Amino acid sequence: MSADVQRTVTEPAQRWELPPLRQLWDYRDLVYLLARRDVAVRYKQTVIGALWAVVQPVSLAIVFSVFLGFIAKLPAPEGVPYAVFALAGMTMWLLFSGSLMRTADSTLSSVALISKVYFPRVIIPLSAVLAPVVDFAVAFVVLLIALAIYGVELQVNLLLTPVMLLLALVVALGAGLWLSALAVRYRDVQQLVPFTIQVLLFATPVLYPLSQVPDHVQWVYALNPLVGVMEGFRWATLPGADAPGWMLVIPAVTGTLMLVSGLLYFQRAEQDFADVI
Amino acid sequence: MSSEPALALRVEQVGKRYRLGTGVHHNLLAERLGAGLRGWRRRHGEDAQDFWPLRDVDFEVRRGEALGLIGRNGAGKSTLLKLISRITRPTTGRIESWGRIATLLEVGTGFHPELTGRENVYLNGAILGMRRREIDMRFDAIADFAGIDQFLDTPVKRYSSGMFVRLGFAVAAHLETDILLVDEVLAVGDSEFQRKCLGKMQDVAQEGRTVVFVSHNMHAVQRLCTRVLLIDGGVIDDGAPDDVVAKYLDEVDPSQTGAMARIAPDAERQGSGEARLTSVGMSTVSDEPTTSLYLGQPFVVTMTYDVRAQIAEAAWEVGLCTADGERIVTAQSIDYSAPTLPLATGSHRVDVEIRTFLLPGDYRLEIQLHDAAKEATIDCVQRALRFHVLNAAEHGDDRYPWQSVRGYVRPESTWTLGAEMETKA
Repeated sequence: MSADVQRTVTEPAQRWELPPLRQLWDYRDLVYLLARRDVAVRYKQTVIGALWAVVQPVSLAIVFSVFLGFIAKLPAPEGVPYAVFALAGMTMWLLFSGSLMRTADSTLSSVALISKVYFPRVIIPLSAVLAPVVDFAVAFVVLLIALAIYGVELQVNLLLTPVMLLLALVVALGAGLWLSALAVRYRDVQQLVPFTIQVLLFATPVLYPLSQVPDHVQWVYALNPLVGVMEGFRWATLPGADAPGWMLVIPAVTGTLMLVSGLLYFQRAEQDFADVI
Repeated sequence: MSSEPALALRVEQVGKRYRLGTGVHHNLLAERLGAGLRGWRRRHGEDAQDFWPLRDVDFEVRRGEALGLIGRNGAGKSTLLKLISRITRPTTGRIESWGRIATLLEVGTGFHPELTGRENVYLNGAILGMRRREIDMRFDAIADFAGIDQFLDTPVKRYSSGMFVRLGFAVAAHLETDILLVDEVLAVGDSEFQRKCLGKMQDVAQEGRTVVFVSHNMHAVQRLCTRVLLIDGGVIDDGAPDDVVAKYLDEVDPSQTGAMARIAPDAERQGSGEARLTSVGMSTVSDEPTTSLYLGQPFVVTMTYDVRAQIAEAAWEVGLCTADGERIVTAQSIDYSAPTLPLATGSHRVDVEIRTFLLPGDYRLEIQLHDAAKEATIDCVQRALRFHVLNAAEHGDDRYPWQSVRGYVRPESTWTLGAEMETKA
């Protein structure tokens, strides 16, 4: 037998194993094409198309500026108008919530694929987490424009934006892997996720600065990995924000833990997806 | 290594269990918690609701074989295909495969209605395991095979179902895989397209790649496959297509054993009922029972009757019908001005030798007894016996040469080519 013929052994479900990395590499085009599908499909047959990626963060930022900045008079850090502060928050928040929502939902929305064809299933959440990055990129450009309009000085820290983006994606993917695997067996997840995301919006300094949180509860508060991500992103994009420092360690550590455990759990659960879904 | 072709697949002691009632149905967390204790007990004892669609399946497939899987609905054919393709894992045993596997359980898996034909070709190709570069290379061939050039940039939601299916199969057909698993995809699409698909699968097999093909279309199985497994919770039979198909067809109808069917008094029948068909059998002219006929082979139908009231002028009619029951040809005992026969009460046997050239396929006998004097039907059994015509002549010198059968009967015909006709200026 020629050596180049790949031998595959299928055996009864194993308890724990990592996703087949070599195989994932072989399927890298599928990750890209699925993510591209998600992006392309979203704005098909819409009048303004990809402009929606601009409209959403901007209109949310306006709404929050009116109700929270103007009426409730929430403060923003010095030198930054509340509108810009809210827009920066929304840009990162929509990325995270979009990625988490899509990832958590990814397996159930791929029933046809899972039951009809084999490919490493982990590709499904992996591609789902990526699609919102395109929206993020668009919104980020809008944010830069807003900074220019309001005459806010650009930071050198801006170069660290990709790091914050990566942190947000790691946390979203880590949680999303768990949720998408659980959702196949327990439909409760579908109910849980939108609700949790709403709660997180309040438990994360998206619409208010971290300084509003009383000092003595900050250490509990910062256990939410998104606190570090959000502060890091603000620090990278806006002037006058404090360096997040140790707060970045939390998303880095919990994100990695969730990602690794999520991969393990997903890979284990994946083995009977087709029988259960 | 010996000169035998290398293995493509090895299936060893494979079984698949589904747990009905536990796990599968407890998709709400609350149910799961509530079922926790019961579930624990069940898992530690024999579960009455365990269901094994397959058990102890063992077979090997060599490279270049075209293997057919046949069997009744629910026999486990599709489960087996899903196990080989790795869509689901076996509960016991192991499956080894050599080379890249592509699975075609459905045409156009993963097609997104909003995307264009072109976009879907790439997506579907990647889902089936192709790299983008490979799809680039084959794109023109795929579009050509599907024959939808002018619609490539139209969203597939605007496609007719025929176009959808053609495009879906085209992608799968151009996969560069070592093993192609196909499940009943030919059930969709028009006959022209079905022929194209079968042709393509034959090409794949002839290129030395391996095809595993699940179908209820015995005809397609016989034409495509070099070997057939009869599946019913395991491998029941394994052999040459014609033999296994014939065995399967014999098993489908439990009243039919071998080349003989007992017709129960309460079987579905029409007629006044003075006499009833009790059994019908088929044999060769040299009296060997069979329901698998060679191409053009004459055969004898033997009928037995239970006659309760005397019939002065009995006349028989044997209809050869398609598997769906549509009558193709009829043989009648009083054709050619043969006399009617008087039938006394009691048990009687009637034989008829029939010479006709049926094309390869599955057929049924319909058997009627008439009273010619009263012009009334005494007994009519529509699905009396199933039989089958093979795509091979008894002595191997004749063979139906076409990929698809057109019609049912081959008439004798003589063809003459005339001189060139004058064309009008």
